[in-house]
Amino acid sequence: MKEKIAQPDYNVNIAGRNRTGTIWRWFFQVSTIFGIIALIALLLNIIDSSFGYVAYEAKVDPATLALNGVPLEEQSKEQLVALLQSKLSKGAFNKLDKDESFEKRSRANVFQIVNERIIKYEVVQVWDLWSSLTKSADIKATVAKDFPQADLKFISWLTADFITRPQSSEAITTGVRTAILGSLWTILFTILFAFPIGVGAAIYLEEYAIDNWLNRLIRTNINNLAGVPSIVYGILGLAIFVRTLEPLTSGEIFGLVDATTANGRTVLAAGLTLGLLVLPIIIINAQEAIRAVPQSLRKASYGIGATKWQTIWSHVLPNAMPGILTGTILAISRAIGETAPLVVVGASTAISFDPTSPFSKFTTLPIQIYQWTSRPQPEFRSVAAATILVLLILLLSLNASAVILRNRFSRRY
Amino acid sequence: MANIATNGLKKKPLNLRRKTHLGEMLIQGLLFFSGIFSIFTTIGIVYELGKEALLFFQMPEVNLLQTLTSVEWKPHVGKFGIWPLVTSTLMTTVIAMSIAIPLGLSVSIYLSEYASPKMRTILKPILEVLAGIPTIVYGYFALMFMTPLLRSIFGNDVVQIYNTASAGLVMGILILPLITSMTEDSLSAVPRSLREAAYGMGATKLEVALQVVLPAALSGIAAAVIIGISRAIGETMIVAVAAGAGPNFTFNPFEGAETITGHIVRISGGDLAYDSIDYNSIFFLGLLLFSITLTLNIISQRIVRRFREVYE
Amino acid sequence: MAQPLSKTEKSNYVLETKDLGIYYGDFRAVTSVNIPIERHKITAIIGPSGCGKSTLLRAFNRMNELSPGTRIEGEIRFEGENLYDPSVDPVEVRYRIGMVFQKPNPFPKSIYENIAWGARIHGYKGKMDELVESCLRQAALWDEVKDKLQQSGLALSGGQQQRLCIARALAVQPEVILMDEPASALDPIATLKIEELMQELKKNYTIVIVTHNMQQAARASDHTAMMMLMEDGKRSGTVIEFDKTNSIFTNPKDKRTEGYVTGRYG
Repeated sequence: MKEKIAQPDYNVNIAGRNRTGTIWRWFFQVSTIFGIIALIALLLNIIDSSFGYVAYEAKVDPATLALNGVPLEEQSKEQLVALLQSKLSKGAFNKLDKDESFEKRSRANVFQIVNERIIKYEVVQVWDLWSSLTKSADIKATVAKDFPQADLKFISWLTADFITRPQSSEAITTGVRTAILGSLWTILFTILFAFPIGVGAAIYLEEYAIDNWLNRLIRTNINNLAGVPSIVYGILGLAIFVRTLEPLTSGEIFGLVDATTANGRTVLAAGLTLGLLVLPIIIINAQEAIRAVPQSLRKASYGIGATKWQTIWSHVLPNAMPGILTGTILAISRAIGETAPLVVVGASTAISFDPTSPFSKFTTLPIQIYQWTSRPQPEFRSVAAATILVLLILLLSLNASAVILRNRFSRRY
Repeated sequence: MANIATNGLKKKPLNLRRKTHLGEMLIQGLLFFSGIFSIFTTIGIVYELGKEALLFFQMPEVNLLQTLTSVEWKPHVGKFGIWPLVTSTLMTTVIAMSIAIPLGLSVSIYLSEYASPKMRTILKPILEVLAGIPTIVYGYFALMFMTPLLRSIFGNDVVQIYNTASAGLVMGILILPLITSMTEDSLSAVPRSLREAAYGMGATKLEVALQVVLPAALSGIAAAVIIGISRAIGETMIVAVAAGAGPNFTFNPFEGAETITGHIVRISGGDLAYDSIDYNSIFFLGLLLFSITLTLNIISQRIVRRFREVYE
Repeated sequence: MAQPLSKTEKSNYVLETKDLGIYYGDFRAVTSVNIPIERHKITAIIGPSGCGKSTLLRAFNRMNELSPGTRIEGEIRFEGENLYDPSVDPVEVRYRIGMVFQKPNPFPKSIYENIAWGARIHGYKGKMDELVESCLRQAALWDEVKDKLQQSGLALSGGQQQRLCIARALAVQPEVILMDEPASALDPIATLKIEELMQELKKNYTIVIVTHNMQQAARASDHTAMMMLMEDGKRSGTVIEFDKTNSIFTNPKDKRTEGYVTGRYG
């Protein structure tokens, strides 16, 4: 464009400013890409550890344990128990029976004990996916030379067996069944506890509460609680649910456990602790959902003489329910991924039987990941990665259902 | 002639006096209790943490002055100075924020001022995914990816296996989506008319973004940063896995050093007898943590309330 | 139909449109506009709501481009050059053609900063205090705010805010000032002040104003363009008549113009 008429005082420099603009814009874009790269790096890192070659040895060849031509994998639970009794020392066998009687144990559990104690699979070495794909010839040569007794297989650490097997102390025989069930049981109690109170509080705050000091305090308090670090909830849970309320959380009150062995570190205590943690999330989301219900709906209901509660129950809540449910699913997602509070509350470290009641000891998926990540042996790294995949898939399905729920209901209105 | 209107409904004699709805009152009571419940939680936190922390200070080995001034935390020889744990927490927080703030702001500016709607629909879910990944997974990532990466860049003898730098960097990735989403909300709240006024005078996009929109959203951005810091201080699993398993008073980010949260987790993961000195120390540390994060959160809320921009 | 441009008037035209059409995506909002904007004069664009007046105005400083999917066909010439040529930078265009908006939108900065900022980003090297005072004087606001320059621009009344926005536009010394219904959000007294201001400003600047208010157009402008929706039902606006303001209001050539200005409809 032609130069502007006589503007000596302005050093307009549009070209220079545009250049600066381009540079900064490039910086903003790179920052955004950084986030994407971080996510991809994380996923790739986990996948890399979840598949690959593993060299393992068995102390006792499973083929030698076949009974009348029936291989080990197909033997019944009774046959396996008999096998254990014959091979293990009396003391060891009795201890296993005392921890949980063989009658109650599942076949999968007994089979795993056979693998662990009799066959004694041990991992010799583990390779990640990238090495397994690119250096497979080298790996085969190394194993043939250094570990001639070992079997070399390319496996996925995440298998159907992995999900159904209980936890064990050896990486190649372990599974996340105990942890998955522990997580589910814990979440059940979390929701049973937090959902009614949370939705109730939200209804109270949005429909009943007048603007006075108490209600303002309640609101501020909820906002503050949402920002408290999760480990503080764990400490609180330890003090109150595990210790002070031990008779309740251990089941002593119901006569299920005798006072000397009662221990409050149970599923119930864990569920209640996480319930406190997610309570603010449920309340805040439910509040928003209730607030979004149009005033005209309430007015219509009052207009025909309905009482306040009738209006809420029959009109406001149904209308707000999709939003409330979405918030609840968010809360569940958060709770499933929480580790620190449950470590403090006392998740068990070496537990291999399924939880059977609210008073069972427990472990959860994140706790397993933590424990396995903390072990020095490299094979546990793979197991931890496989568990992470299980956890991520679980969370993904949860969040997907939340999105579907949100879309289905927002289309309706 | 039958009167259709009264056929089904027998009208009761006229009585407009207020009725006591017993059921309604009961329900209202229950709901009120639900509302108050959260206050019980806070009272519980303050009471329990305070009570046991007090017990901690009443123990013969523990001395308030020493706790606040000593740089050694070695319970087995009776030393309880908080500084090793505090400096480690500070280091991971500073490292995390030095990533999360610039990148978080950049991403939010990009989303709010530059990105096309299509880009936005791709990017926002990615950020939500990043924010939803459990912290233990980030911990794994810090130990299994970030630490080897740092070691290969700086050398195995410079970077230890457990170090606060890895944990801090990964924590930054964790907090980035938080800062981005809060900041982006603030930027979007700036009315379009302000941007138009600036464009109308021949300002470039960058000038509009940094000199008009950003200053106008400042209080929201400050609040986001403070919340991010609070989150970093309270973060547990990333540091528990990757930062180190022993208190260490150091300013070297490549050394292992346990943070306040990491220490609590490690101690409570082992055998813990009630009322032992370790048990009580957890409560003291928990109280410290709670006070710091609560103060930060309150400051953040105050900033938003007092300096909330008026655009009209 | 627009008046043909006579040869002697050509060099006086700061802006000219040639068969201008403006599209939002596939929707043609404005069709076939041919009008000149004469230097140091006030040109008003009037017409009923929704006929594309603002769209036309915003094409002059390429503000339409801030909404994705807008494009033009035909030409707009600024000082004889094609405004929409690919080599032209919209930033430069807006530096030379300023805009005042319908609802006053001062920055949430001090009165001083509101004016200084525009000058600063364009690298103003002179004395800022003098520039600020000069702009405020030209906008007839100086006496009212000279003692409170550090106060927020938002603390002023509506009329004052709009004059602040005018002063802000003046700070970059544009050649043309576009005004999009500048007084529609203001009370009659503030409106009058703005109109007086426009008469002063036209000595140094060229003004194009979109207005709803016919009396304002009649009072304040030199030329008037009458816009209306075309009768083909496609909801596209066009200029049906363009002339000296006097002629439009006393002796309109198009029957629809006559109907509108006499208040029969629109």
